[in-house]
Amino acid sequence: MSRAITALGLVKTFGRTRALDGLDLTVETGEVHGFLGPNGAGKTTTIRVLLGLLRADAGEVVMLAGDPWNGAVELHRRLAYVPGEVTLWPTLSGGEVIDLFGRLRGDLDRRRRDELLERFELDPTKKARTYSKGNRQKVGLVTALVSDAELLILDEPTSGLDPLMEAVFQDCIREVKAEGRTVLLSSHILAEVESLCDRVSIIRAGRTEQSGTLDELRHLTRTSIIAETERSAERLADLPGVHSLEIDGTHVRFDVDTAHLDVAVQRLGELGVRSLISHPPTLEELFLRHYGDQLAREHDWVKSDREARP
Amino acid sequence: MIGAMTELTGTAELTRFIVRRDRIRILVWVFAVAGLVALTVVGIKGLYPTQADLDQAAAASQGNAAAIVFNGPAQSLNTVGGEVAFQAGAMGMVVVALMSLLMIGRLTRGEEEAGRLELLRSLPVGSCAPIASASFTVAAMNVAVGVATTLAMLAQHLPAAGSLTLGTSFMLLGLVFGGVALLAAQITENVRVVYGVAGVVLGAAFVVRAVGDIGDGTVSWFSPIGWAQKARPFAGQRWWPFLLLVVATTVLVATASVLAGRRDLGEGLIAPRPGRSCAAPSLGRPIGLAVRLQRGSLTGWSVGVLVAGVGYGSIAPSIDTFVGRNKALADMLARAGGASLTDSYLATSFRTLALIGTGFAIQSALRLRSEETSMRAEAVLATPVSRWRWATSHLTVAFAGSVVLLALAGLAVGLSYGVVGGDLSVVPHLVGDALVYAPAMWLLVGFTVALVGLAPRGAVASWAILTVCLVVGLLGPALGVPRWLQRLSPFERTAQLPAAHLTYMPFMVLIAVAAALTLAGLTGLRRRDIR
Repeated sequence: MSRAITALGLVKTFGRTRALDGLDLTVETGEVHGFLGPNGAGKTTTIRVLLGLLRADAGEVVMLAGDPWNGAVELHRRLAYVPGEVTLWPTLSGGEVIDLFGRLRGDLDRRRRDELLERFELDPTKKARTYSKGNRQKVGLVTALVSDAELLILDEPTSGLDPLMEAVFQDCIREVKAEGRTVLLSSHILAEVESLCDRVSIIRAGRTEQSGTLDELRHLTRTSIIAETERSAERLADLPGVHSLEIDGTHVRFDVDTAHLDVAVQRLGELGVRSLISHPPTLEELFLRHYGDQLAREHDWVKSDREARP
Repeated sequence: MIGAMTELTGTAELTRFIVRRDRIRILVWVFAVAGLVALTVVGIKGLYPTQADLDQAAAASQGNAAAIVFNGPAQSLNTVGGEVAFQAGAMGMVVVALMSLLMIGRLTRGEEEAGRLELLRSLPVGSCAPIASASFTVAAMNVAVGVATTLAMLAQHLPAAGSLTLGTSFMLLGLVFGGVALLAAQITENVRVVYGVAGVVLGAAFVVRAVGDIGDGTVSWFSPIGWAQKARPFAGQRWWPFLLLVVATTVLVATASVLAGRRDLGEGLIAPRPGRSCAAPSLGRPIGLAVRLQRGSLTGWSVGVLVAGVGYGSIAPSIDTFVGRNKALADMLARAGGASLTDSYLATSFRTLALIGTGFAIQSALRLRSEETSMRAEAVLATPVSRWRWATSHLTVAFAGSVVLLALAGLAVGLSYGVVGGDLSVVPHLVGDALVYAPAMWLLVGFTVALVGLAPRGAVASWAILTVCLVVGLLGPALGVPRWLQRLSPFERTAQLPAAHLTYMPFMVLIAVAAALTLAGLTGLRRRDIR
């Protein structure tokens, strides 16, 4: 089976801004791929290049074995897209918008449409003008989920949805995955990515920072351990890969690089473990570790900018 | 007492905020109305320099039902003041009424619908403060209109009592329609419906007084515009009809205030009609979408062209009497050439209507850009719809809509000319003559497409081109615009039917240029980024 999406070395500049700076993204057929990055990292620009709405200045894009710029119409027959900000024609009702897109794509399944309207508790007779942000987003989701497109491209699709609807959305994506279809999911909701995605790509400033399965990414980071031991755990301090060690009598807590986890646990065992809690890094921690330094830099910048003013 | 005070808390601050935010809009409205009246006085003095001219014009208008339908009762038309009240009166009142209802709708229901009012009401602002501040602002605008128009007439030495009466009638009529809009804004939750309801009331008021004025004037007493005209500016004015306007305003504003206090924020008294649950079969292709999105706008422009066309056509049979020995008017019409004054007049009418209709054509072509900037194009273009197909479906509406508007212009002018003149056989000819102006409209559409495709950020410049064509076409000779500059406008390049013969060469050249521009724009659109 071929790859659904291959993008290599994408570059896109808008005036003097370099929105994409050699970005790579590969999505295998049949996987749900998380696409993460802070605001302004280039996620939406990448998606627009993948859709053939923007032409990359440099780099190579292959979408479903085709070229998105020259073969947009053929490509779009096989994919469905939900933009990050769903804007609708104010005078059309939600039902009309869903039908319009279904017919433009040529595969409107009325039974499936009604089923999705029910699952998302969406009133199709309301004019788009009167929908809240969450309801507009639901219209966008239904237009994509109603199709049997082999590739779904979703740009922050659940912003504005309540937790119940978020759960419905996750169920729908699992069904799509079970049917062997491919999903590219750009998202800020890390719990959502963690529960749905097979692989993730993390980008920053128009470049891919990391890409891999969640397990692979976890390998690059640290596990937190809280334990109670019979003897004092001071000896742990000498071990490689152990960080932020805190000892309070027989209680100990520390983080350990995943590569050194084995040795640390062995040493802990020698101390006589009475209780042990360990948790792997959450995606949140992965994300924060990646962008923590950037946030710190931005903070400094803002501060120095403020100080520079009279 | 204390209750009433808290309900109005913040009114002064909100009023200052509105004036600050809308200062340009407010000034433009007030000066536009004052300018309209001032220019009418200048125009009448220029067109009818002697008492003999005025007498002739009065005689022509007095027996002309069409003129009375559009302007009002013929009162002292053999004076400059009487002519001003006749020609600027009804028109000016409609403009002032539009000013008031658009401003009130925008400041009350428009703000509420956009959700900005919710933010304001979360501050220590009284429940009636938003309505009160909007009302104060619009009332002040109407007072400004009254003062400015009165001064404009006094400055040109019109009688003081008449000037004050006409100025006051503008002001009071504006206040009545501000009240109408304020009431409508409480009833429905959509600002477009507010404009629609208030607009229908205005249209009805106009029609009722037109019917009354053709007859013995009794029916006019059922229309606020009629009340204002019953004050007889420049024709032995009387003040008491103004009382009716004051009472009507008071009742409307009081009712609106009571209703405003009873409803929830964001709600109307009438729940909105739900839309369709499923799309109609026509809404399944890009062209179906384009038609659906633009049909409301095309309907609006059609009504405008029809009304203006009926107005132009109904005067045509008596154009000889109107112009008479009046050199200024005859010169203006002679530009169109032609054997008879009537043909020249009809050609001038068609050119004007074509220029008006081009407003729709440009607006329609600019849809491409507004769909793109609102990101709605992105969603459509992510389906198996090519950019070419998406763009050409919107442009089909622009090109075909231009033809529809011209056909309606020809029909309206032809029918009213035929009915008044007693010969309906002119209708098919005049429809055909009107259609000859289509390539000129298409050329401006093509220009707009070229901008959208090749220089999207500058696309609104097409409005500037239309403005130039309008100024050159309507005021060119009066302003002394050089002939070569006038000839740059495609509307001047068009054979001025029915005053001239159809020459195919310019006709074909205009079509070719329009097609080339459109193609260049579409090619640019296919090659550039969509964002």
